[in-house]
Amino acid sequence: MVKLLQIHEPGETPLPHAESSAAVGIDLGTTNSLVAMAADNRPEIITDPNGAGLVPSVVAYEGTTEATVGEAARRALLDRPESVVTSIKRLMGRGVADIKSVAGTLPYDIDDEAAEGGMARLRIGQRRLTPVEISADILRALKSRAEGALGAAVDKAVITVPAYFDDAARAATKDAARLAGLEVLRLINEPTAAALAYGLDKGVEGLYAIYDLGGGTFDISLLRLEMGVFQVLATGGDAQLGGDDFDHAIVDHFLSQRPASAAPRDAAEARLALATARLAKECLSRAESGSWRLDVAGSTTEHSLDVASLEGLIGDLVERTVRICADVLADAGVAAEAVKGVVLVGGSTRLALVRRRVGEFFGRRPLSDINPDEVVALGAALQAEALTQGSETLLLDVTPLSLGIETMGDLVEKVIPRNTPIPVARAQDFTTYQDGQTAMMVHVVQGERELVDQCRSLARFELHGIPALTAGAARIRVTFAVDADGLLTVSAQEETTGVVQEVAVKPSYGLDEDEMARMLRESMEFAQEDMLARLLREARVEGDRMLISLKSALESDGDLLAAAERAEVEHHAEALSEAMTGDDRDRIHAAIAALNRVSEAFAERRMDRGIRGALQGVAVESLDGG
Amino acid sequence: MTEEQQTSGQAALAPCWSCHGSVDQRASFCHGCGTIQPPRPVDHFSRLGLAQSFDLDTDQVERNYFSFQRHFHPDRFATRPAREKQLSLQHATDLNEAYGVLMAPLSRAESLLALKGAALEDEGAANRDPELLMEAMTAREALAGAASREEVEAIESESREANAGCVEKISEAFAGDDLEAAQRHCLRLRFLVKLDEEIRRRKGELARA
Repeated sequence: MVKLLQIHEPGETPLPHAESSAAVGIDLGTTNSLVAMAADNRPEIITDPNGAGLVPSVVAYEGTTEATVGEAARRALLDRPESVVTSIKRLMGRGVADIKSVAGTLPYDIDDEAAEGGMARLRIGQRRLTPVEISADILRALKSRAEGALGAAVDKAVITVPAYFDDAARAATKDAARLAGLEVLRLINEPTAAALAYGLDKGVEGLYAIYDLGGGTFDISLLRLEMGVFQVLATGGDAQLGGDDFDHAIVDHFLSQRPASAAPRDAAEARLALATARLAKECLSRAESGSWRLDVAGSTTEHSLDVASLEGLIGDLVERTVRICADVLADAGVAAEAVKGVVLVGGSTRLALVRRRVGEFFGRRPLSDINPDEVVALGAALQAEALTQGSETLLLDVTPLSLGIETMGDLVEKVIPRNTPIPVARAQDFTTYQDGQTAMMVHVVQGERELVDQCRSLARFELHGIPALTAGAARIRVTFAVDADGLLTVSAQEETTGVVQEVAVKPSYGLDEDEMARMLRESMEFAQEDMLARLLREARVEGDRMLISLKSALESDGDLLAAAERAEVEHHAEALSEAMTGDDRDRIHAAIAALNRVSEAFAERRMDRGIRGALQGVAVESLDGG
Repeated sequence: MTEEQQTSGQAALAPCWSCHGSVDQRASFCHGCGTIQPPRPVDHFSRLGLAQSFDLDTDQVERNYFSFQRHFHPDRFATRPAREKQLSLQHATDLNEAYGVLMAPLSRAESLLALKGAALEDEGAANRDPELLMEAMTAREALAGAASREEVEAIESESREANAGCVEKISEAFAGDDLEAAQRHCLRLRFLVKLDEEIRRRKGELARA
């Protein structure tokens, strides 16, 4: 019992109580991540004590358990780059073969022993970690930042993903959240979140384009806003094109100015070179030119670059984004002039060249009055509030990529075309091609190309228990369902006999249940620590409150205490302050209890005075009435 | 919200899955406890509270679709128990399906024909109409021969006009209850829609070349 807390002067409101649990919005970005929370439709980025909102999506590992996330991990990049992971989002939901094809340009050390076709693992110091586990570490850091700031448990979140993320990458993101102890209220697309943050749902009507160029992905979405409905008409992009590619172009340019023998010798040096290139890029969004020093492979070289040369290096990449914009407009059957506004999202839209080209293409100045780094997280927070507190706005999204199945001759038959509103379910009938055939292989792919190997393999599964009939007699109906998070499930039924076949879809690049179970077990051990940390924080918050109200009570009613009484109360208050600087929760609680005990008499005397004071202010007739 | 189409006969009652009280089987929410009920198997027109007609006001289709989604979309059930989430997902899926079918004239006509017991065959039917075969061949040859963006755009505007005319004829056929004519024009519209896709693909090829 904290009696001091129960004293409120008439008209005074009590200190706000900590909510039991809160829902936040999380932008899990390639380069930076953010967490935000909305109350009464006003979203705010949750910052660290220094006021920094961005959490670099960088994780540093030390030993076998310790993971450091954010600015500290980024600093570790300089001292021990071999134990630091950056841009992990680019590997979400990707298989070993996928990653190997880009390994030359990405600074990752892939574990070769991982099964072909399985989820990739990175070698980081002593450890072998999947992108899901590494992303979960980032999410844990965001969760604990939010809990620290809100003084409440945070166990629900809206997490944003690039609109162009495929099923495997979305599933991987959801798995990472689960590992971090977060229930995903909804995965929403980054451009859609940005539009929400612009409040495009309030009052404005018409077509808006959201151009989102982040660290690792590019998205363009076309939205229609009408009657409080937020309808995504078409979306497109490139899940492997972003500011990172600008950095690579700059690095290649710098390295071409050195002798071939002075190329980075390992992944760690490559990361260092990339960090230099990123610095150059960021400087050139503010300055006209500059010069940077590259210190790798045992030699130091100086490289100068100006804005015009930078634009020469990245011009082709920017043009690629403009072409994708044109394709998306064509898909929706919309002319560029019909678009009422263009919103810029993502740190890479700070580059003058990007702004200029987007402006030229749409024939209007793009909107960028909300910080492009923060806009997605703010929108996610608004949606988290809408999903937990209710909302008048309705968000209708679409599938970014076509879903299809492999047919004879390695061709793809589309079952759900891209830009179909979700949730959606479509059935496809199959038949047997041999007499007595009792099993059949189904291969699900995602992508726009005609040939299977040009699309992304999502899942392969076998249908068993088909009744032995003549070829072509069995009718197997396979249903593909995409839910509101954009995630696919498949079910199948033999129609002539009514045999229902439960299909367990084993994702080509996902985690299998055993892996997930192991990770959850491991994360439980961390959760134990998290729980202790939370209890400690709560004890400190309680102690703080106690001290604050005691201080104000002593100021206003100190005269109620004799000098000796006052000294005793102050002595115990000091003991509590002392206990709160340590990590011993029990000691803090004991100190709170002790302070409560010695100040009990004071509390009662204040209560008496409080009531007398209140009564003096109240007219007699209303007392009679009560 | 528009009044839903009444299905014939006395309302059948079924127990609510949640509170076990009886619910009109046509109701989407329990009268007693307000819990969402499984979607009913109805046609796309009824799903969106519209009359079975080819001549729909697409603004009306949209308004009804939006207002139903406001009640059933999974975002409204994000913090509800799993079973309610699942039912909302089914409702929203059905609404999206109905909206997609009714907004496009071709699928709307096909759906209406099926309801009137005159469903179009899936494949091959068009091959029995020599006039349509000839039109298709001529158009595809012209498209393959088009070497510039301007030529493709000329074909495109012709095809658009043909499309609008065809939709007009389908509407007349349904109005006169001539299902055979509706089927014939519908087959032609199928071809015109496919041609439109091919034109777009050709345009893309030329733009990239």
